[in-house]
Amino acid sequence: MAEVWVFVREFDGAPTPLALELLTKARQMGDTTAIYVGTGSEKAFARLGEYGARKVLHLDPGDSLVAAPVARAMAERLETEKPDLILFGQAYDDRDVAGRLAARIGAPILSNATEVDIDGSTSHEIFGGTQIAEAEITAEKPKLVLIRPKSFAAEPAGSEAPQVTALDLPDVGGAGARVTGTHIEEREGPKLEDAAVIVSGGRGLGSAENYELIERLGKLLGAATGATRAIVDAGWVPYAKQVGQTGKTVKPDVYIACGISGAMQHLVGMKDSKVIIAINKDADAPILGIADLGIVGDVHKVLPKLIEALENR
Amino acid sequence: MRIVVCAKQIPDPATPYKLEADSHWLVRPSEQVLDDTDRYGVEMGLQLAQSSDGGVTIVSMGPAGSMQGLRQALAMGAEKAVVIDDPTLRGSDALLTARVLAAAIAKEGFDLVIAGTESTDGYSGVVPQMVAEILDVPALTYATEVKANEGKVTIHRQTATGYEVVEASLPALVTVTAGVVEPRYPTFKGIMEAKKKPVDTLTLEALSVKADVDQKVTSISNAPARSGGAKIEDDGAAHEKIIDLLAQKKVI
Repeated sequence: MAEVWVFVREFDGAPTPLALELLTKARQMGDTTAIYVGTGSEKAFARLGEYGARKVLHLDPGDSLVAAPVARAMAERLETEKPDLILFGQAYDDRDVAGRLAARIGAPILSNATEVDIDGSTSHEIFGGTQIAEAEITAEKPKLVLIRPKSFAAEPAGSEAPQVTALDLPDVGGAGARVTGTHIEEREGPKLEDAAVIVSGGRGLGSAENYELIERLGKLLGAATGATRAIVDAGWVPYAKQVGQTGKTVKPDVYIACGISGAMQHLVGMKDSKVIIAINKDADAPILGIADLGIVGDVHKVLPKLIEALENR
Repeated sequence: MRIVVCAKQIPDPATPYKLEADSHWLVRPSEQVLDDTDRYGVEMGLQLAQSSDGGVTIVSMGPAGSMQGLRQALAMGAEKAVVIDDPTLRGSDALLTARVLAAAIAKEGFDLVIAGTESTDGYSGVVPQMVAEILDVPALTYATEVKANEGKVTIHRQTATGYEVVEASLPALVTVTAGVVEPRYPTFKGIMEAKKKPVDTLTLEALSVKADVDQKVTSISNAPARSGGAKIEDDGAAHEKIIDLLAQKKVI
């Protein structure tokens, strides 16, 4: 039987939603082992079992930055075990561990996959999702693949408890780093990843102050608020709001894009929304080409009227 | 402090990207630009070098071409550039890129390596971490703030919900996000001086790296297009159309 490893990062005491998506996919391809990185608990391990992990290799990083010690622990394990496939998410810790592991064991890696097969063949959306590239790894197993969030739906399979093995965190000497503090930014309203409605703003808003229009509209609709990379880079809003290639991938029922031109970087993160409404001054803006309702107009005029009309309902 | 900044020349993102027919490799014109993502790394490097009485060396892999992009980094203030331009590197993957960069960086010598979090044309997002593993140094990733002195580097590491404070001993590698610093624009003097700054060109042989690639793109096809719907000019009442659609979708 084919074997698949899945990298699972703990967040708030539980596996991340992205990891559950990968476990769901993995169990359809073979016997699944979760590499669980976090404090760990009976409840967290049970959840891994629920989503298809038969075995769990548990690593508690403590205050170590996870990448170097976890990659080394995995590399040591791979001296005697040969899974066909190792899946990671296209997420920060996943990327760090995958990159170091690939370099350590000399394995190629495929990033940004939206589909994967047990033989290491993958699909990738390129050029803002306008084209699909099929790729394959021609090296020996294990084949390392990074999967974009929301490529697969997470579905529980059963409740069989997995077999859990605790691994020691290796000493990595000068390659190690320490996490000495954690800062959580406050957030209002629903999470971007889970929201049914998202209102997002881009450079067309003109200034950081005008993002207030996005927040007011979001509040009226019970929506999460998002942003393009351009205005995150400009410091108008925090990174946690970024939708796109290097931010969050979202698939809400309704996505309202305000003053967003539709750069490839942004489209790839939101184009699978069920309904897209866009407001942009430029009639040729790419976002208007994929919008179900495209308004060629000035956000500074349309948004205040929309907000007022909703307030009066 | 000896600082190496990894920088990449890429086809201008403002022009549509094309792939070569058989190899599916990205078409790279002779005129390539500095990846915008790398301007932040160059600026960060310059600021840290200035406060520690050191210099910045640019290391870059890929067709040198007109070197317009590298000259931009030099015009900002980097002292020299090392470019690994070798025909056998065409179609290289993340691992080969990392092996080449790591070999060139080790040859150059460093206290701190700075890179962007991912390139704008390739997006694999794993090359700096690979470089760090090969060099056996920590990778402090996704930095929104960097401080380095007295043998230590401390960053704010961006997370999905905020940031972590991460610290390590030098030598180390840091990847920077676009928010980390405001990149300077080259001055006229800087542009003139950049023309005279040294650019070393290295081949693979000089670095003792083999050009092995164990992955390939097998086919390219068009994604199912999402067709746009109604496009209307705002005549002062466009917001009513939005309200109608939101009501129809039961959002309100």
